Order: sequence, then structure tokens, then C-alpha cells
Amino acid sequence: MDFLTQATWSPYVAGAGIGVLSCLAFLLSDRPIECSTAFVKARGLISRMFNREGTDKKEYYKEIIPQVDWAFMIIPGVVIGAFIASILSGQFHIFWVPAMWGTSFGYDPVPRIIVALAGGILLGLGSRWAGGCTSGHGINGFIQLSLASMITACCFFAGGIATALLLFRVIGA
Amino acid sequence: MFASLHKNKNAQIVLGLLFGICFGFLLQKGGVTSYAVIEGQLLLTDFTVLKLMLSAVIVGMAGFHLMRHFGFVQSHAAEGSMGSNVIGGLIFGVGFALLGYCPGTVAGAVGTGALDALFGGMVGLLIGAGIFAELYPRLRTRILVWGKFPAVTVPEFLNMNLWIVIVLMEVFMIGFLVVLWYLGL
Repeated sequence: MDFLTQATWSPYVAGAGIGVLSCLAFLLSDRPIECSTAFVKARGLISRMFNREGTDKKEYYKEIIPQVDWAFMIIPGVVIGAFIASILSGQFHIFWVPAMWGTSFGYDPVPRIIVALAGGILLGLGSRWAGGCTSGHGINGFIQLSLASMITACCFFAGGIATALLLFRVIGA
Repeated sequence: MFASLHKNKNAQIVLGLLFGICFGFLLQKGGVTSYAVIEGQLLLTDFTVLKLMLSAVIVGMAGFHLMRHFGFVQSHAAEGSMGSNVIGGLIFGVGFALLGYCPGTVAGAVGTGALDALFGGMVGLLIGAGIFAELYPRLRTRILVWGKFPAVTVPEFLNMNLWIVIVLMEVFMIGFLVVLWYLGL
């Protein structure tokens, strides 16, 4: 069982495993594995605690119903799965600032959290705007030969590459 | 096939959790819950993310379409548009690079102990999803339907046989991975 405690697997092996998992999700759950939907549901559930009627009236929450269901459970599942994997290989450690950010911009957590928060907001907005994320469009839309998903995945990387180059090669150079 | 399982809400809640656990496990083992690996991909210095994604698609595309041919699964591909997919995709891309994780890998990074992923990424995603829910009634009938794509799937767009497209795409993706390996990336 050595493979369970290895720090990383070949990305080809892990990727092929994700391909098999995606097929099983279509077969057993009739769904593409998609991560950004869960954040809409969680946000809707939080809003409902403060304003039930107002939340239920919103058009978007009529389409993506805030409830604990398959799409919601993916995210707690991913947290648990990655936790198990990192514990087994002894890689789990708590940190505020990733080393690569620290080298360019310093280890003060405040700037990192502000930029991460801004990134998270754009990711939440953009994923819902485009109707999916890296797994929903990038892997599962691609698998289904969806034209929209292929175009979306190209835009994820176009926007990401331009921003990362600006961040690390211009601002943090 | 499995129609009664698809309708069983409690079973699907359990399956969602199990799929999430397996997905998170594979993301961490594949190395893509790491900030440096994702930023390395966006800086084009580390191709782990593309290797993992293409391997998933190579296997998944063959499996999905074989199962679909025999009626075990159905397609969920939907119509897209410039206003939705291109604009949304570019907004996502900027956020992807600023955060250094995507909506799935951010949850995986939280599982490995990344507090920037928890307090920056996940909180930001909840805020961003809420902003979209506010904007949705105004976007829905305007920008999101602007510039609709002429077809739902690539074979329809190219007016080509499904299996020829699949074989060509599989060859292209495997070829791309071979080129990466040949270049030592």
C-alpha cells in the first residue's frame, strides 16, 4: 500500500483516475463533477439564515436551489479527500502564505489574504458567469465535446496566464 | 440505467460526498492542490495541471462516449455564448491567477492546511457567487445571451461524425502530451 503514502503520483495517473471518476459520476449520478455550483448553494443557504423570503425570491436561487444535495456535497468531500491524502503522505501543514508568494511578495499574511480574497471573488463571479469551473467546463465539458466548454477553458487559461505573468514577471519581478 | 438511483436524494447526497472525497484525494496526489503548481502552469514553467487535465479528458472522453453509445449516460452539454463563456471565462482566469487555486483545488488546498485558501479563497468564492446572484436578473436576458455559439457540440459545429472527432481529439491530446514529454516540460 506504498502508493497511498507517496507524496505525489504522476499527474498522468491521477488524471486518468479523475477521468474514470468522471465517467462513474455520469453513470451513477447523471452529473458532471462540477465544483463552483456548491458555492452558490452554500451562499444561498447562508443568505437564507438572515433573509429567507428575500433569498427564495431571487431568480438565481430558483434555478440553483440552495440545499444540501449532490452538487453541494462535492466541496466538503474534496476538503476531506485532500486532507486524508495529505495526512497519509505526511504533507499536511497549516500555513497562511504559500512559499512561492512569500519569495516574491513577503510572508506578511495580510497582502496575501487581500489578493486571495479578490481572486476568490472574481473566481466566484466568473465561474457562475461562464456556468462552470475548471472541472465542470475544463474536464467534464471537454469530455462531452461541448463547444462552449472548450472555449471557456481556453479563456480560463488566457486570463490566468496574462494575470500570472503580470503578477510574477512585472509586479513581483 | 440507474434511473432509480439518480432519483434517490439521500443516496445522491452520500454519492456526492464520496465522489468529492475521491476527487479531492486525486487532486492532492496529482499535485494540483499546491499554489506553486497552479501558478507554475499559468507562468508556463510547470505543466502538471495540463498533464492531469488532459489525462482525465483522454480517459473520460473515450469512456463517456462509449457508455453514451450504449445508452448508459446522457450528455449535459449546453448552448453557450460569447457574453457568458468568453467574458465569464476571462473574469475567472484573472481570479484563478490572483488566488492560485480554482473552485475545486481551493477546497483541496484547505484540506492540506492552506489558510489563504480558506479565509481568502473560499470566503471570496461565497462573496463572488452572491454578487452573481444579485446581478443575474440584469445579465440573464442581455449579456449572457449575447453572441450565441452556432452549435452545442464540436461534431455539430464541424459537421463531422462524432467518432471521427473523438479519434482526432484523442490523437491530438496524446500527441500534445508526447510533445510536452519530448520538450522535457
